[in-house]
Amino acid sequence: MSQVIRAEGLRKRFGETRALDGVDLAVEEGTVLGVLGPNGAGKTTAVRVLATLAKPDEGRAEICGYDVMRDATRVRALIGLTGQYASLDEELTGRENLVMIGRLLDLPRAEARARAAGLLERFRLSDAAGRAVKTYSGGMRRRLDIAASMINRPRVVFLDEPTTGLDPRARGEVWDTVREMALDGATVLLTTQYLEEADALADRIAVFDHGRVIEDGTPAELKARAGRQTLVVRAAEVFRTEQLAAIVAELTGERPEVRLDAGLVTAPVTDPGVLRAVVQRLDEAGLVAAEVALRLPSLDEVFLSLTGHAADAAGSAAEEQLEGSVR
Amino acid sequence: MTTMTTMTGTTAHDALPPARISLRRTVRHSLTLAWRNIAQLRHSPEKLIDVTLMPLVFLVLFLYVFGGAVAGSTHAYLQQLLPGLVAQMAMFATMGLGTALSEDIRKGVFDRFRSLPIARSAPLIGTVVGDTVRFLTVVVVLSVAGTALGFRFGSDPLRVLAGFALAYVFYLAFSWISVMVGLIAPSPETVQGLAFMFVMPLTFGSSVFVANTSTMPGWLETWTKMNPVSHLTDALRALLVGGPVGNHVWITLAWAVGIVTVTFPIAMRMYARRA
Repeated sequence: MSQVIRAEGLRKRFGETRALDGVDLAVEEGTVLGVLGPNGAGKTTAVRVLATLAKPDEGRAEICGYDVMRDATRVRALIGLTGQYASLDEELTGRENLVMIGRLLDLPRAEARARAAGLLERFRLSDAAGRAVKTYSGGMRRRLDIAASMINRPRVVFLDEPTTGLDPRARGEVWDTVREMALDGATVLLTTQYLEEADALADRIAVFDHGRVIEDGTPAELKARAGRQTLVVRAAEVFRTEQLAAIVAELTGERPEVRLDAGLVTAPVTDPGVLRAVVQRLDEAGLVAAEVALRLPSLDEVFLSLTGHAADAAGSAAEEQLEGSVR
Repeated sequence: MTTMTTMTGTTAHDALPPARISLRRTVRHSLTLAWRNIAQLRHSPEKLIDVTLMPLVFLVLFLYVFGGAVAGSTHAYLQQLLPGLVAQMAMFATMGLGTALSEDIRKGVFDRFRSLPIARSAPLIGTVVGDTVRFLTVVVVLSVAGTALGFRFGSDPLRVLAGFALAYVFYLAFSWISVMVGLIAPSPETVQGLAFMFVMPLTFGSSVFVANTSTMPGWLETWTKMNPVSHLTDALRALLVGGPVGNHVWITLAWAVGIVTVTFPIAMRMYARRA
């Protein structure tokens, strides 16, 4: 296996803010790297440097062996980029957007049309292909944006917070898309603020904080280091909450947190197998649960356990603003 | 580079482009991006409303307000005014360009272009060339409305065509001022105001409305004589109506080259910084 994304010691400042403060990354071909971190951790800046849109102050980066600064044109031919904000021409139709990008990639007209049609089909946008993008829903825009970054059949795909602002259904569709890309053999780097998302999609996760990679590993390793999951059970009949709490206490060996008014019982768990046991016991007791779930630790909890401080978004507003106006 | 060969073998990928982008490809990419502007206009033709109505309003207003006073009769004035309006309205038509660019940058469309293996200049050149539609609209509206009001073109159609071609060349050059303003302005809303600062003194402080500038105060006459829009207007009067062309064509062309030489590098620099 070879490393198709490589970055060493990337540093970049925006005024006083150190957006990147010595970032090293290495992504194996055909894998998905989840870059996890709060707003302002440097995720977007890292993507922009790797995708040739921003120059680092220090350090170097390579895509498939090509330097992102010296060989920017070749790198651009190898990558697909979907930014945080859909970068499409709102006034053109979905099809026109894709054909235009195909033509800019030097595809003959017929080939550009064929690829556009294929991608529209694959992203379930065929029905809307002839409509102006400004009439699209948020999820449709994002799918078209991702389709646009796939026209050159990229070896490396960058997705910057591809599901931020999407409803759960649209998010699920984007997830499916990312999985398909990985199956096609593309190497994917996606940034996210949700551990759940990184867990669902990524082979490895790099946790960003204040412009540095503070943790790097498989989702399983990270979850093990980041602390325990939470069992959540909600009684359908609120008056039986205490009975429910007793069952949870017995099975987890922990004192559960109980909210009588909502019928909600939560307890930390180490063994995910407890979920099955809970379902079985509830069944035996004739208790109906409105919700039974194992929750991953939130980004805040991950940060708290990895860094000892909460995922603070202070300074993020400044960085976002800078990234919006300056490169 | 052994890793490269193994990687190329594992995934189907089209041939990599060379490290540098040839002029031919840049021209093709620019035309594709010019097509984008034209496709936009096809979807929302109302964007041409300014270049349709403004020439009409200016033509009718100036013709009937000033005609009698400046030239003795509206008919005589129309022969002076119309070539001047072609020059002025062509300048006005470039102003939308800066706003459109500023919007594109804000919306992230240019980020997409910058992540593609195309020349940096292609999106800017494409936008300028795509705006040709606006220039053509101005020319058609003024020609048709002017003729309806009694304007008579000179007898040589080739000279008339040459006149419009000259106006187009100057229009293209002047577009780069608008591009530059669009890239300098911090937001799309401020572009219009800044662009007016260039366009107003250039088009009103010229021979557009009065062929005889000798009644102006000395400083204004000096400015008017230097002003490239005056030279374009005088050249257009000669080419569209008749009379000696003098060296106005050459001076206009020299200005066009000068403007592009100065503004294009500045625009490219600002673009690299902004987008």
